Amino acid sequence: MILLSFVAAFALTLLPLPQWAQALRPEWVALVLIYWCTTAPQRVGVGVGWSAGLLLDVTRDALLGQYALSFAVVAYLAVKLHQHMRALPLAQQAPLVLALIVAAQALVLLIKGVTGQPVWGIGYWLPTLSSALLWPAVVVALRGMHQRYAALK
Amino acid sequence: MNTTYSSGAMKPLFIRGPSLVLRFLFFAVISLILMTVDHRQNYLDGVRGVLSVVIYPLQYAVNIPFLTYRWLDESLSTRTALSKENTMLREQNRLLEAQLQKFAALETENMRLRELLQSSKKVGERMLIAELLDVDVDPFRHKIALNKGARHGVVPGQPLLDSTGIIGQVFHVGPLSSTALLITDPSHALPVQVNRNGLRALVIGTGSFSRLDVPYISKSADVQVGDLLISSGLGGRFPPDYPVATVTAVERDPGQPFAKISAAPTARLERSREVLLVWPENSSSRAAPTPADAEAPKSAAPVSAQPGISFTPMSVDALSEEVE
Repeated sequence: MILLSFVAAFALTLLPLPQWAQALRPEWVALVLIYWCTTAPQRVGVGVGWSAGLLLDVTRDALLGQYALSFAVVAYLAVKLHQHMRALPLAQQAPLVLALIVAAQALVLLIKGVTGQPVWGIGYWLPTLSSALLWPAVVVALRGMHQRYAALK
Repeated sequence: MNTTYSSGAMKPLFIRGPSLVLRFLFFAVISLILMTVDHRQNYLDGVRGVLSVVIYPLQYAVNIPFLTYRWLDESLSTRTALSKENTMLREQNRLLEAQLQKFAALETENMRLRELLQSSKKVGERMLIAELLDVDVDPFRHKIALNKGARHGVVPGQPLLDSTGIIGQVFHVGPLSSTALLITDPSHALPVQVNRNGLRALVIGTGSFSRLDVPYISKSADVQVGDLLISSGLGGRFPPDYPVATVTAVERDPGQPFAKISAAPTARLERSREVLLVWPENSSSRAAPTPADAEAPKSAAPVSAQPGISFTPMSVDALSEEVE
């Protein structure tokens, strides 16, 4: 179930989009990671986040470890905040998710800057915004799958 | 808002604190080590290769709907359309063949003249057609994924062409797939020369598919709008004499030390479906792609490796110089 959702997130990350939409593509893997870190923190934590980040490094052909580190940070913060998150309604979780993804993106930006990779302007932050906006949809979809799976078991 | 979750029968309310921090620190240190090692050295290419094999099925799966669409599009097109295309291609082929005849004569003449000058310049490269995987690699970089990898003899740094010019170079190679950097990526630079007068220059990507920068050209240099820039082969990475870009704007501002020149790539960077991988002749002793290509998972390209695809009709002794 968890694995399946991560596979779907990677597929969505790879899916070709028209050029105008490419810059808006949410960080699917980060969203799924945050969902599982807040709902099942016993099973999904820093280790899973790090591995997912490492795979994303290879998918994006980036420096090995840059997404791994930032996703480990996201997973750590999400596990730390999971009780907070659960107490909040969906609409209020979104700003928190925004903050988590901003942290991840800022870390990636920092690493890119330090290692001399070119970075874009303000457009770099668009995926962060679209991720936060899509957070409620992701939660509804994953929770639906989760509950149906639990009912089947 | 209902916040009950039905994941497990019983779970501890609190997660053990120190172990989480410790685990985080552990992974953070590993990532820092990975980044440090990966930044300049290529010791980790094996790791990347293994992980790229994990990703490849997914890339392939994402690609399938687009492949099916194209297949349907091709098989459902009408007979008249196909025959029309066929006639057009045949005409084009005849035209190209006629041009090639002339090229062969020019080639031999060039070789003869060079022999007179006692400066030998070998032509002839091996080529292999690779298909683009229809996936987005990184939205902020100009990178593409290819369906050929180390098993087909692909090496990092290998040049990529399409029928109209240079596209880019291979960046990372996995066993079955590879990623390539396009010439329009801002981190890419390519040594070129102006075809008209041989003026050397660099072409640097801007991040836009339609514009390249040509920096560090003095204001008095003879560059005009419409000039063709061809690869000079000076970096030793790209084969010489392939078209790269045409100059679109030259701006000579008296306040600036250099002219501001921009160019448009001749290759159809965002539209090509298939690209040619080139092996320069000096490294042609590397793994031959022919046998591996036959057993490749997706050998959609019928023309796999044609030795001396460039200009075959040459004098016999010139041909024998090519190590094939």
